[in-house]
Amino acid sequence: MDPKIDEPHVSAPEAAPASAAAATGPGSTRRDFLSLAIRLSGGAMVLVAGGSALGGGAAPKAPGEAYDWEEHLYAYLIDTDKCIGCGSCVRACKTENQVPDGFVRTWIERYVVGMEDSHVDSPNGGIDGFPPLQVGFIATKSFFVPKMCNHCRATPCIQVCPVGASYRTKDGAVMVDGDRCIGCGYCVQACPYGSRFIHPATHTASKCTWCYHRITKGLKPACVTVCPTGTRQFGDLKREGDPVRHAIEHDHVAIMQGHLLTEPQCFYLHLDKEVR
Amino acid sequence: MPEITGYAFPNDVHVTWSLMIVMYPYITGFVAGSFIVTSLYHLFDRQEFKPVARLAMATSFAFLLVASLPLQLHLGQPQRGPFVIVTPHFTSAMAGFGILYSFYLMVLVLEVWFVWRQEIIDRARRSRGLLRAFYAVLALGTYDQSPEAVEIDHRAIKILAGIGLPAACMLHGYVGFIFGAIKANPWWSTPLMPVIFLLSAAVSGIALLIVLYQVFARINRRPVVATCMSALASWLWFFLILTITLELLELIVMAYEKSESWLIISQLLTTRLEFSYVTMQMIVGGLIPLILLAVVVLMNRYLHDRVRNTLATAAALLCLLQVFSMRWNIVIGGQLLSKSLRGLRSPYEPEIFGREGVLMAIALFVAPFVILWVFDRVLGIEEPAGDETSGPARAAGAGGEGAAGGVHPA
Repeated sequence: MDPKIDEPHVSAPEAAPASAAAATGPGSTRRDFLSLAIRLSGGAMVLVAGGSALGGGAAPKAPGEAYDWEEHLYAYLIDTDKCIGCGSCVRACKTENQVPDGFVRTWIERYVVGMEDSHVDSPNGGIDGFPPLQVGFIATKSFFVPKMCNHCRATPCIQVCPVGASYRTKDGAVMVDGDRCIGCGYCVQACPYGSRFIHPATHTASKCTWCYHRITKGLKPACVTVCPTGTRQFGDLKREGDPVRHAIEHDHVAIMQGHLLTEPQCFYLHLDKEVR
Repeated sequence: MPEITGYAFPNDVHVTWSLMIVMYPYITGFVAGSFIVTSLYHLFDRQEFKPVARLAMATSFAFLLVASLPLQLHLGQPQRGPFVIVTPHFTSAMAGFGILYSFYLMVLVLEVWFVWRQEIIDRARRSRGLLRAFYAVLALGTYDQSPEAVEIDHRAIKILAGIGLPAACMLHGYVGFIFGAIKANPWWSTPLMPVIFLLSAAVSGIALLIVLYQVFARINRRPVVATCMSALASWLWFFLILTITLELLELIVMAYEKSESWLIISQLLTTRLEFSYVTMQMIVGGLIPLILLAVVVLMNRYLHDRVRNTLATAAALLCLLQVFSMRWNIVIGGQLLSKSLRGLRSPYEPEIFGREGVLMAIALFVAPFVILWVFDRVLGIEEPAGDETSGPARAAGAGGEGAAGGVHPA
């Protein structure tokens, strides 16, 4: 099954430049692109896996027979040097996951840093990119940092859930069972990264799932798929030769708020000290 | 959309824990605080609290009955609330609520029953028809008022108070734990949090009893016992000193350490929470009652009853404000601060109507007093005049009661 799962992965980088071009265009282009990408990759699945892929597609929340969650352990890698702040990932996430207005599952922060002062912003989570900015100090560096749920291994959000609605799958994703969640909001308070929110329609906790419905079909999360610069990468730590695994093993990777010991599974390359 | 100063994580601009989560610790605070007062009499034989012991227990009971309502009202999926009790996830601090709450409720109901057993029996004997049946059910079919039975009652009360006091402290200390154990939020995350919550619970409980005692005394046309009032004022002063000290110590340590979070917390306190923290919690609700109570305690001998009662009541009312502000500043303040530690959102304004609105909060605060009124009608909160039922046994059990029960000269 593994090589078949890889199939859409290969196509992702090719798709990226197209998405970069669309990044500045109206939302409908993006939506079209995304749905096309989904359909195409769905087609690839059918082609390779045959009719059984249809059955697999019908069971997105519980890994079906075709997908064995014991065989995967996902991790996410963000290279902040590469991010151009186009906001494609935020838009893709919103479309893919119907993220309600005023909330984000992923967002981009812009840092403008000088010796005396620094400025951080993220207008609407960076969904429309970033307008030009004037700061009142001498800026010496400026960069973008994509943020999202860190899918921590020792996560406080799961610890504090009073009914066990928050859980971590065996392949490493931190998820919320919307049918069990009582909407107390304790996990929202406990997440140090601000990546959870109470969904205004369902009144239950909501968060990034690494597009679990996609990754269990061998696709990449929507944000990774559309990233035009390869800032966002998604990998499988259980697979030999995986580029993300390689980076985590051999490069100097950082994590967010390491002092809190939540063991994030989103790793950062070239992370600046200003970022929290 | 709320305005942001600095930079806040996009999801942090929403205040997830509303006014209801402010009301929850406020109400449980009264539960624990008044139980502490009743325990001072029932457990530690502080005879000066005898006039308010029953009132304190009824107050604790009345507030306990509504204590879980604000939580329930806050839930996004209220119909799933029972999941917390039925399928608790034990690593969660919140999962303990069901267990602690039910345990304490059980202990308190038992204790109330033992304390009021004589009245229930008397009323069952006095009344007729349906009312008689009602009291007979309440009496659980035993009409034994023999000295031996009364003695057993008192032993049971003592044991239950012995279990109830730690349970009440746990119930409230645990509320502080819910906040104190959130490492993501530097304004909450301190081991002092449960202690501060517990001490301020004692403050709110005693303060409420000072006010209620005056009201009940006036309604029942009974004199306010001076020793009782002085004792309440002294204990209120004591707990207020401890509370304010710890609340300040928490800040001073943070400021002196120059911790990463202090930069933003100092901004929070001096801008967003300037009124509710500096003005209300520290000055109007802290410093002023501290001075008023100092006068009551230190100049007790020179004070006329009326002056003492007025000063103590004024201080008590301010203390009630102090504790409410403290709950507000913790719960709401902690959410005005973004976990980015770089930004603050504009002050939170609760809705007026609606499930988590101001009117609901007022209703929640008023409900226990209605329950208290019903309690008074059904069982009678004031001890029957002359102490014909429990008096002798109590005197036999504790001794020296007559001396404390009377109205003392100032």
